[in-house]
Parts: sequence; C-alpha cells; structure tokens
Amino acid sequence: MERLRRTMMFVPGNNPAMIKDAGIYGADSIMFDLEDSVSLTEKDTARMLVFEALQNVDYGNSELVVRINGLDTDMGRADIFAMVKAGVEVIRLPKTETPEDVIETEKVIAEAEKFFGIENGRTHMMAAIESAEGVLNAPLIAKASDRLIGIALGAEDYVTMMKTHRYPDGAELSFARNMILHGARAAGIAAFDTVYSDVDNTEGFNHEVEIIHELGFDGKSVINPRQIPLVNAIYAPSEKEIRNAKDVLNAIEEAHKKGSGVISLRGKMVDKPVVARAQRTMALAKASHLVDEEGNLYAE
Amino acid sequence: MLNKVNREIPDDILKEKNYKPFETTEIGNPETTYVAHQVRVSQGDDKLVDSIPEVIEKTGLKNGMTISFHHHFREGDFVFNMVMQEIINEGFQDLTLAPSSLTNVMNDMVIKAIKAGTITHITSSGMRGSLGDFISHGGLKDPVVLRSHGNRARSIENGDIKIDVAFLGVPNSDPVGNANAIHGDAVFGSMGYSLMDAKYADKVVLLTDTIMPYPNTPASIEQTQVDYVVKVAKVGDPDKIGSGATRFTKDPKELKIAEMVNQVITHSQYFKDGFSFQTGSGGAALAVSRYLRKSMIEKNIKASFALGGITKPTVDLLEEGLVNKILDVQDFDKGAAASMANNENQQEIDSSWYADPYNKGAAVNQLDVCILSALEIDTKFNVNVMTGSDGVLRGAIGGHQDAANAKLTIISAPLVRGRIATVVNDVTTVVTPGDSIDVLVTEIGVAINPKRKDLIEALKNVPGVPVYTIEELQKRAEAIVGKPEPLEFTDRPVALIEYRDGSLIDTVYQVKD
Repeated sequence: MERLRRTMMFVPGNNPAMIKDAGIYGADSIMFDLEDSVSLTEKDTARMLVFEALQNVDYGNSELVVRINGLDTDMGRADIFAMVKAGVEVIRLPKTETPEDVIETEKVIAEAEKFFGIENGRTHMMAAIESAEGVLNAPLIAKASDRLIGIALGAEDYVTMMKTHRYPDGAELSFARNMILHGARAAGIAAFDTVYSDVDNTEGFNHEVEIIHELGFDGKSVINPRQIPLVNAIYAPSEKEIRNAKDVLNAIEEAHKKGSGVISLRGKMVDKPVVARAQRTMALAKASHLVDEEGNLYAE
Repeated sequence: MLNKVNREIPDDILKEKNYKPFETTEIGNPETTYVAHQVRVSQGDDKLVDSIPEVIEKTGLKNGMTISFHHHFREGDFVFNMVMQEIINEGFQDLTLAPSSLTNVMNDMVIKAIKAGTITHITSSGMRGSLGDFISHGGLKDPVVLRSHGNRARSIENGDIKIDVAFLGVPNSDPVGNANAIHGDAVFGSMGYSLMDAKYADKVVLLTDTIMPYPNTPASIEQTQVDYVVKVAKVGDPDKIGSGATRFTKDPKELKIAEMVNQVITHSQYFKDGFSFQTGSGGAALAVSRYLRKSMIEKNIKASFALGGITKPTVDLLEEGLVNKILDVQDFDKGAAASMANNENQQEIDSSWYADPYNKGAAVNQLDVCILSALEIDTKFNVNVMTGSDGVLRGAIGGHQDAANAKLTIISAPLVRGRIATVVNDVTTVVTPGDSIDVLVTEIGVAINPKRKDLIEALKNVPGVPVYTIEELQKRAEAIVGKPEPLEFTDRPVALIEYRDGSLIDTVYQVKD
C-alpha cells in the first residue's frame, strides 16, 4: 500500500537544533532544505550537516526528503552526490519547469548511485512546481521519471508571477492545484500542497487544509511542527468511515476464506476503488491513533 | 562512606557536622521537639523605627549570629541589598546567612559580604549565576548547606537553623507589624516561605514602603510576631517580582513534552474526580495545565486542590470550577498574586504546611500528581536540579525533594539541551533520589521507574506515548551528543546537599580550573 504523506515538514538545512528534533513531531515526511532557507555562505555547512544527520539521527518512520539546489547552480551536483551517498529516500527538485528538468536530475542521481555502488533506482525523486510554465507542464513532469513519488505546489513564487498574492479563499491557486493534482493522479503519484506561512493563524490554516483535503491532495507542506496535528485532525476519518472501511475489509477476508473471487457487502459488489479507499481509511485511522493494530476503534 | 544513592560522603563531614548519610525517602513517625524563640515584650509603641542602621542596633545583632531573608520578591528584591550593605558597612563579621533562597539580584552583595568577612556561612535553597560560580570556585571556606523548602521549615523548627534576626520585606504593614503581600505596590501574593522566619526568629524586622492604619487585615504576619517595622522608600520592583501576563509557550518541543505529560497523567489511576496536582512554573509546566484543563472538561473531572508555587493558569482553573482549592506557598506571576487577594479558595500556606517532613502532616503528603523539572536525570532516576554539566552551582532545590513525595511524580525534561545530555548514566549531583521519581517524560517518549509496575501496565498502550527504558533514553541522548569527558573537581567540598529529613544526600566539590 502507498504510504501516508499527510504532512511534509520543512526543516532548514543549516539549523542543527531543528534538524536534531525533526523526528519527534510525527511528520509523515521530513524535508531538509538546502535551497531557499539557506544563505549562500552556509550552503556547504548545510550540506554537511544534513549529510551527517541522515546517517546518524533516528527519524523513526518519517520519509526523508532533501530539497537540493537546482542543477543550474554550482551547488546542485554536489548536493545530489552527498545526499545519494547519505542514503536519502527522496531528492526534491526545486522550481521544476519541464520534464527535461526531471530527466537531467535523474541522470545525475543515477551517476551518483553508480559512483557510490548504490543500487540503481534506489533514490526517489519529487518535483516542486513553482511557476506558470511548471503548472502547465505538470502532467508531463509527473510522468517524466519512474523515480518520482510525487509533485508539489510551491505557491510563493507562483502567485507573484501570476501578479496576485495569497487570498484566504484560495481562488488564486485553484487552477494550479487542480493541474498538479490531475497530473499526479494521472501518473499514479502523490500530490502535495504548498506551505501556509502564518503559523499563528490556526483558523486560516485549517480552512486551507480543508480545501486541499476536499480536492484530494495527499497532504500539505508544513513549516512548523505545530501545524502537524492540525493537518492530521482534518485527514482523520470519521467513526462512520472507519466502521464502513472495516466492514469492507472484513468482507474481503470472508470472500478470501470462502475462496470466492466476488466480494459483496450488504448485497452490493465491492469493487477495486472501494477496497483501495477502505485500506486508506484504515491506514489514516491507525496513523491518527483512532484504532488499534487490529483496526478496532479505541472509542469503543 | 557511600550513602544509599551511592554517593561518597566524607567521614569527616559526617562527624564534624553531625550528619547522617541519606538512607531512605520513607520518613515514618519519629518524635521530635521544636525549639522556641526569644520574646522581647513590647507594648507596640516602640516598634516603628526610622532607619535600617537604627533597627540593626535595636535587634542586638552580633558577630557570629544568623540572619535571614525571604526570596518572594525574586529578581525585583530591594530589601536584601539595602540591609546587607548596611550590615557590611557596620563591620559585622562571621554571620550565617539563612534566606529561603538567593536570587540573582542578591549575588553581588553576597559576594561582597563574603569578601568582607561579614558572611562566613550560608544555607539556602539555591544559588545561581555569579554567586554559584564564586562558591563553586572555592569562594567560601565553609561549605554552603542546600536545603529544600520543606527541609528549611524542618530545620527552623528543630533548631538546625536558629535565626537570630529575620529581615523580611513586605508590601505593607501597620505600625505594629500586621502585614500581608496582597496590597501595595510590590505585591507578591502568598508569603509562604517568610512565615517560618516570622514564627521562629528571635527578632523579626519588617521592612515596607507602605504603612497601613491599624489593624491591617487580613494579616499573614501578625503583630504578635514582629519586633520592629521600618519604612523604606521602596521594597521592590513590581515588574521583576513576577512575570506579567502569562504567555503560553509556542516552542513545539515544550508543547510536545507537555502533551505527553498530560497523557501520562490522564492514563494513570490518579486521574479521577477529586485528584490533586502541582505543576510548578516554566514553559512546559504552564502548557501542561492547558492540556490538563481540556482533559478535565472532556472527562468531567474536577481536582480537589492544586499545590505549591501558583501561576495564573492554575488560578484560572480555580475560577472555572475545575479546581476546588489552591494551597499557595508562593505566586509566580501577577495574576496569581492578585487572585490571592480576591479568592477565599486560594489558601496561603507556610512552607511547613506545604512540605515539612517533620511536622504533623504536610500538604505534599496528600498530593497525587506532581510535575517537576531536571537539569539531569540518571538511569537510577536520581535527579539533579543544582549543578550544571560543568559541575558549577546553578539551580535551586526549591520544593523538588518535597513534592516528589507525590503518588505520581513526573519529571519533564528534554532528552538533550543544546549539546548537553539531560538523561545520563550518573547525575553530577543527586538532589532528589530516584526512589521518589516515577516517570520521565522527554520529547521522544517516556521511561517509567521499574518499581512502578502499575504504571508500566497503565501506560503500555497509550497512542503517541512511546515507552522506553531509561537506559534506552540515556543511549539515545548519548547518540546525539556523544560522551563527555568526566568533570574534574578538587577534593574540597563547597556545598552539602541535604535530603529533606536533614540527612546528607550528596556533596558538591570545588571545580578544577
């Protein structure tokens, strides 16, 4: 089953205290940033710091992602080699405009894997889309490499380019979000929403998470650990959804026991998307501590 | 000899100072006799004195005597420095300084008094900053004796501390010594610690900037206890006595720890209607009260009392009806101090009532849940709140050993601070024995004292509360910060750490430079 990616927490790659503690907040993914949050004079330090952290700090079950500097800078290549060697799970490309950007980066990753004697294809990728061109190319970018696990919207540069800014209702991002979401779904990979930078505005943040949850995003980028439980609460399934999912999964088990290929529940056939949804619901319920290991509701 | 927490206690100290080595946290039912103090009979017409030099003369202060102060004004204290400067000026020698505690604002004056030979002995609950540094580098010949608030009360009652003259700053008093700390410019709420001095010192001097008409009620310190009242320009800086508006921490790590502390409390057998708690001050403690409030409302549980040092969030719980009573030995902020004046359910208690192990029963004995902090905690659950990782005195015992008497004692502390491990193999200084600690909560999870099998069972399946052994947590801390070089000390003791029953639990040595 596909892993949950409700939250991707941004951690500046030059901040040892935050890097050390990044694993304790239960983020589904942790993204160490070597790019925009690190000043030019600290690029090397940040790369070394993240390189060491990836190998020495226990981040539990969180997926580990590093945002590298673009290959158009003189840091990009060194970033890729260092992170591949450190065994990072996902390399995130900033400011992806075209499928070629992905292919170029993949070549360097493959080169690094070969150089260090690492199995080809072990390092995954994701692409951040932060421009009009990138948004229009989202479906092509999403299919540009088998290594891609997802694409993400980076809204700050995008809204400036679009001659607007962020609004509470999110209308300015509606097209970009839908393009990215469709691109991701057509390619069968994850879709991540952008950050919400006003960390003290819980109401505004919740509103935005509700919008992207309804649209179908896998999750949201977060810049403060305090945003993680807020996202998880909105992504947590209701008791009714959990009960229903459990019935579906029980029906599958019953059918398997009987050796029957056809699964039915309350007289209706259970088809594949229903099963997939039930599995995701149970995974979300477990991650939100609503059910125990057997899938029984704690509340009962 | 080695005491029960495996600390080497020099035999000559045991002998010279007539100490017993620490043995057990169990107090039992020993019999004891309290000391009485001298009384100079007064008709009340001679109490108001014009100046500090004059009052010092009237008290009959002599070389070799013991003087005391309280620390309720905290960093806003003007009284200590005013009085101490005069005592130095007059050339007194060989005094014992026995305040309830020492705050940073007093440090320079204490050092000055030591250098002048005015102070040669000190007992306190804590010392920090320049004074801690000075003492740890051998600045005082006789080791400082560090005592908990409960132990200070016991020592005063039993005569281990015999106060000749107490100089007590108060926000108001009438001309014969009826005083409280709930009115005036420099209010601090409960007078808890200073009440012991008022009851037991031979001579009691009040210093105040506000003289009230007789009779000044409600009176916390009574005219029957007071020898002299001195009017001074100002007793303290209200802005530095307690913090203003309480701001909840936004530090995600503190919040994470606080949330887990709350989980430990609410999943324990003690979280039921009528339970009691002490949270203390500091970011994580304040955050705990916020999580606890939510849980209490959800489960429809009310607390019978909150104890100890009180903050505005605790007072809010009282006003909301979630806590029935507050037993208040000191107030950490203006909100809590102001509430002392208005809420009859906020009871002022002295430090004997609060925490004394040798009276007819202290409030800490009734306490269910207590949250305490730690500079270090070791794999035996022993806690250090007194010395830093450099071995230098930089803390206070406060009520730590006393409140650890609660049925559920939780230490809340980060696994590491900066590049220094909090969870270690052996604490630098044992202040509170591991026997009285039940659960350690860090940002990555909790460790439960192996002797608390009931808690191990109760907390084994709490979502979001990973349980580790304390050895595992120690190793996790070491994996992050590495193994430090052992500290180097000389063989000269600079401080003696008493347990609350007056036995010797550890010795602090002069650091090697």
